[in-house]
Amino acid sequence: MGVYLRPRALDEALESLAGRALTPLAGGTDVYPAHAHQAAWNGAPDIDILDISALDELRGIVEDEAGWRLGALTTWSEAIEAVASGRLPACFEGLARAARTVGGVQIQNRGTLAGNLCNASPAADGVPPLLSLDAEVELASLAGRRRLPLAEFVLGNRQTARRADELLVALHVPRPQPWAHATFLKLGARRYLVISIVMVAAVLEAADGRVARARVAVGSCSAAAQRLAALEAALVGQPCDGSLADAVEPAHLAVLSPIDDVRGSAGYRQEAALTLVRRALNELDGHRREAAA
Amino acid sequence: MSPDAGGTVASFDLTVNGTRRSVAAGPFTRLTTVLRDELGLTGTKVGCDAGDCGACTVLLDGRQVCACLVPLGQAAGREVITVEGLARDGQLSALQRSFHLHGAAQCGVCTPGMLMAAADLLARVARPTVQQVEDALGGVLCRCTGYRKIVEAVLAVPDLPAEGNAPSEAPAVGQGLARRDGPPKVAGTDRFGADAAPAGALWLRAVRSPHARARFTLGDLQPLYDRWPGLLRVLTAADVPGENAYGIYPHLKDQPVLAAGAVRYRGEAVLALLGDRDTVENVPVEAIPLTWEPLDPVIGTEAATAADAPQLHAESAGNVLIRGFVEKGTPDAAFSGAAAASEGTWRTGFVEHAYIEPEAGYAEPTPDGRLTVYGCTQAPYMDRDEVARVTGLQPEQVRILPSACGGGFGGKLDVAIQPLLAVAAQVTGRPVRGVFSRTESMAATTKRHPSVIRARAAAEADGRLRALDFEGDFNTGAYASWGPTVAGRVPVHASGPYCVPHVRVRSRAIYTNETPAGAFRGFGVPQAAIAHECLMDDLAERLAIDPLEFRHINALRPGDATATGQVLEHSAGLAACLDALRPQWQALRAKAEAFNVTTDGRTRRGVGVGCMWYGCGNTALANPSEMRVVLGRDGRLTLYNGAVDIGQGSATVMLQICADALGLPPAALEQVVGDTDLTPDAGKTSASRQTFVSGKAAQIAGEDLRAQLLRLANAGPEAKLRLADGVVEVDDGGPTRTIELARLSADLEGRGRFDPPTTPLDEKGQGVPYATYGFAAQLAALSVDLDLGTVKLHRIVAAHDLGKAVNPMLVEGQIHGGIAQGIGLALMEEYLPGRTENLHDYLIPSFGDVPEIEIHLVEDAEPLGPFGAKGIGEPALVPTAPAIFGAIRHATGVVVRQAPALPHRLRALLREAGHG
Repeated sequence: MGVYLRPRALDEALESLAGRALTPLAGGTDVYPAHAHQAAWNGAPDIDILDISALDELRGIVEDEAGWRLGALTTWSEAIEAVASGRLPACFEGLARAARTVGGVQIQNRGTLAGNLCNASPAADGVPPLLSLDAEVELASLAGRRRLPLAEFVLGNRQTARRADELLVALHVPRPQPWAHATFLKLGARRYLVISIVMVAAVLEAADGRVARARVAVGSCSAAAQRLAALEAALVGQPCDGSLADAVEPAHLAVLSPIDDVRGSAGYRQEAALTLVRRALNELDGHRREAAA
Repeated sequence: MSPDAGGTVASFDLTVNGTRRSVAAGPFTRLTTVLRDELGLTGTKVGCDAGDCGACTVLLDGRQVCACLVPLGQAAGREVITVEGLARDGQLSALQRSFHLHGAAQCGVCTPGMLMAAADLLARVARPTVQQVEDALGGVLCRCTGYRKIVEAVLAVPDLPAEGNAPSEAPAVGQGLARRDGPPKVAGTDRFGADAAPAGALWLRAVRSPHARARFTLGDLQPLYDRWPGLLRVLTAADVPGENAYGIYPHLKDQPVLAAGAVRYRGEAVLALLGDRDTVENVPVEAIPLTWEPLDPVIGTEAATAADAPQLHAESAGNVLIRGFVEKGTPDAAFSGAAAASEGTWRTGFVEHAYIEPEAGYAEPTPDGRLTVYGCTQAPYMDRDEVARVTGLQPEQVRILPSACGGGFGGKLDVAIQPLLAVAAQVTGRPVRGVFSRTESMAATTKRHPSVIRARAAAEADGRLRALDFEGDFNTGAYASWGPTVAGRVPVHASGPYCVPHVRVRSRAIYTNETPAGAFRGFGVPQAAIAHECLMDDLAERLAIDPLEFRHINALRPGDATATGQVLEHSAGLAACLDALRPQWQALRAKAEAFNVTTDGRTRRGVGVGCMWYGCGNTALANPSEMRVVLGRDGRLTLYNGAVDIGQGSATVMLQICADALGLPPAALEQVVGDTDLTPDAGKTSASRQTFVSGKAAQIAGEDLRAQLLRLANAGPEAKLRLADGVVEVDDGGPTRTIELARLSADLEGRGRFDPPTTPLDEKGQGVPYATYGFAAQLAALSVDLDLGTVKLHRIVAAHDLGKAVNPMLVEGQIHGGIAQGIGLALMEEYLPGRTENLHDYLIPSFGDVPEIEIHLVEDAEPLGPFGAKGIGEPALVPTAPAIFGAIRHATGVVVRQAPALPHRLRALLREAGHG
């Protein structure tokens, strides 16, 4: 029989984690399905649960000069509402769009951004938009705290840099330049409740009608979602005149390593990623031109 | 630690539907388990335990959540509202009434989840838009309705009149009455397979093969018993008291209850664990002393028919279970000299029924030595006979008590859980219950047959079809199930709803080491229609004839002979269906073509048409239904209706028919549905036969009772009847006569039996396989993203000749739901054993995948049917995928020959066709 701990103080949680391997549980949207999957074939491992949902310290979205801190218990719905209400600015629009495609509203009400990162599915909807926001994760343990860029946290399929004694307590998003817009495009075979075949998140920062910085990430096309550094470099300085998408070359996506699975072939994914990257940039380019007009 | 009893048991307080409740359970226990098992609130349904289906949606502090993902530890101290909390003072809420009145609940198993998601929305947005409804309810899957009526129902809530539809004096047949069994479905009080069981029932959990083909041995079980005191018994093949074999056909009882030393597919039951629930669900596979010797599995019909393929069943050389054949005219000669000809190969995959209710039920020995089996089913009498076979009882010693059935679509025509439960109860002498997990349901139970079809067709210059030659291989998987039905039905239908002088169709059902394929809405006809409709488009294109007009030229009409030589005398309304579609066809085609010539984007629009026909009932076999209606001396009028309602609405339709035949309103009738101890055999709910066959029996039963009443009153045939307070008043124009029922010497009983007239087919498949056929044509309008290979549906227009719409609202529900399944077949559904055994890897259409649907009902009366009615269940699905593929072709020139047209497949075709 496993244990189920639900501490109210972070220190207490970290002490528990230091003592034994525990599976952190917040919204339960990954823990329970994983269990059902194993139980279906009579493989029902004993799991020990650390329910972190009572840790108030992990709640809330806070803004300071450097940017934003999103507590680890921030749900998809809270992110959507924060963007809709303006508490989070336009550069979070891609994250909000991604949030609206995570399961149904039932899942968005329960699932957390941090849980999505820790679960580290190659198709995790939160990873590309947070990568494109240069998000960092804050990890806490009895040994102290550390911050890691998201790209150094999500290491592969179901692999993260989280040590067993650590808890992901917050996400940090740095403040972009004043004009920054974001988007997210998800390709799936149905409208709702769909796991992506390919997804693309992009944040475009512009100044004087030109790209000051572009950050583009692609998910479901490699073990962990990838930023397209070569493309981002190529975009800097380009005019936002409706031609941004033309700057995208297939070679810019060479960093991807898609696989064949039930949702799509590797070749299709690579090609669809190119299409979606172009569409994402075209959309943001259009935003910029509308703003300028 | 199990999520159903996780963590150290403690007492938790939570507020449920306004009442503070205390629950003693582990904190990791799912909220679904707490609600259903601890608090008895079974209105919250479990469809997947993984957040994929939304059936368990409840409100937690006013927000919709999947109760299957909420630990009790987190629900403590919070407020939970379930479907049982929607009604006030026993009165259904406006939302519930709206669902009921709009036909938004069919089987009803997703309904509680839909209602709770809608309640969440309506609490925030008083007058939501369609988009808001779809976004808010998008996390709940429905397999029956096609979602459109659910959207309508939610939109209608703010303006819903306080009263329902008033009783009408008009005939019941033809009225869109709300379902008789609807109120419990929206109240959450309907009882499905998992919602009831005798106190103290043992739980059963099957241990299933992880291998597609293997031998196995079982070691010593004693250590298992020693380690798990809650494990009462492990059943093996040797424990089966009767024959360890079941199946659909009398000569094909090839599937064991529990495998004996060898398995033929992944998911086959090997052992059954009996005990308390926590134990049987948590005995880990490593602890079970099974030793496997995996063998190379035979996957696909090509591998199974290869010269060196291992033979999987002793009686079936070459792994061919059965062959079907129809030949008319001289097909070989007919192809030479034809003005146009075309040929191709088409492929379809396994399709999962994905009813939202996994198989569940219980079996209970009764003191008189009999056995009651409760659960979801489409075929109570067939279940009775199979349960008798495997338990060694006589059929009369078995009572099948159908629960509400949370979707079937053919998948619950086979027994699956019933033999296991029955054997366990018979062996232990105790009640035994079981519930399949979603994965178990998907891995272990039947699918639609995958097909490989090679076919060619030829036509004259004026567009008249000359010949069709068709060979179809159908993968029946590990066991026969309904394979012979598919192999027999396909040849009759493979030339389509057209007049073709020269036809040859050969079909085979082939054993493999894959999931057994059985009955699924259409029995092979949807697969065949994808091929014949593609050929129609080919020929129309070659002859430069409009695709709809090409079909109109060739439509079977009264007086025409079918491929089996059957001359249709009545009720062949395909041409009328096409006439009904023509204005929309021309307008939508023109609009799409105008878009395509002016666009500079990467989207193309298209409109396609698909046609179908479908024989109602068994193929060239007896297919009787019996009904009985009793007017008791106590004044109660009861229809004993053996036709189980799996959501399609037969429990309402039978009442409407019987009421009109009797001359009393449907409200005067009570009903007992599908209890083999009480209701005569009305056959199975399949093959679009219930309205036609059982409905006719209900009509005859009603007429029989009416005739008896008229005789007692010495009244003429036009007399009006009234039933109230134990008295039947008979008004024949003169003074009203009364029959005091209490003074009769016996209850009055009307009986009806109908067996549609058919003849056996001869060696060339010639004869009269069905008494009547449903016809339909559908249009699909869509756009294709050339770069991504994705399809967006804009509109479906459906025209159906169903003889007579007994209940137009229910008919529309069948058409919507059939179209939704056709969309799934065309664009997304592909079951791959071992890879898509859940509802997130196996995709069925969600909200937003089913576009607006416009329906034209063509009522070309069938003289044999009740009030002219035929069937609608399967016809609704068959033409959809062909229409979608025709529309993709119109949009892009690409011909789809493999279903589903997943984005990567369609993109590959677009690239081949030069679309960049």
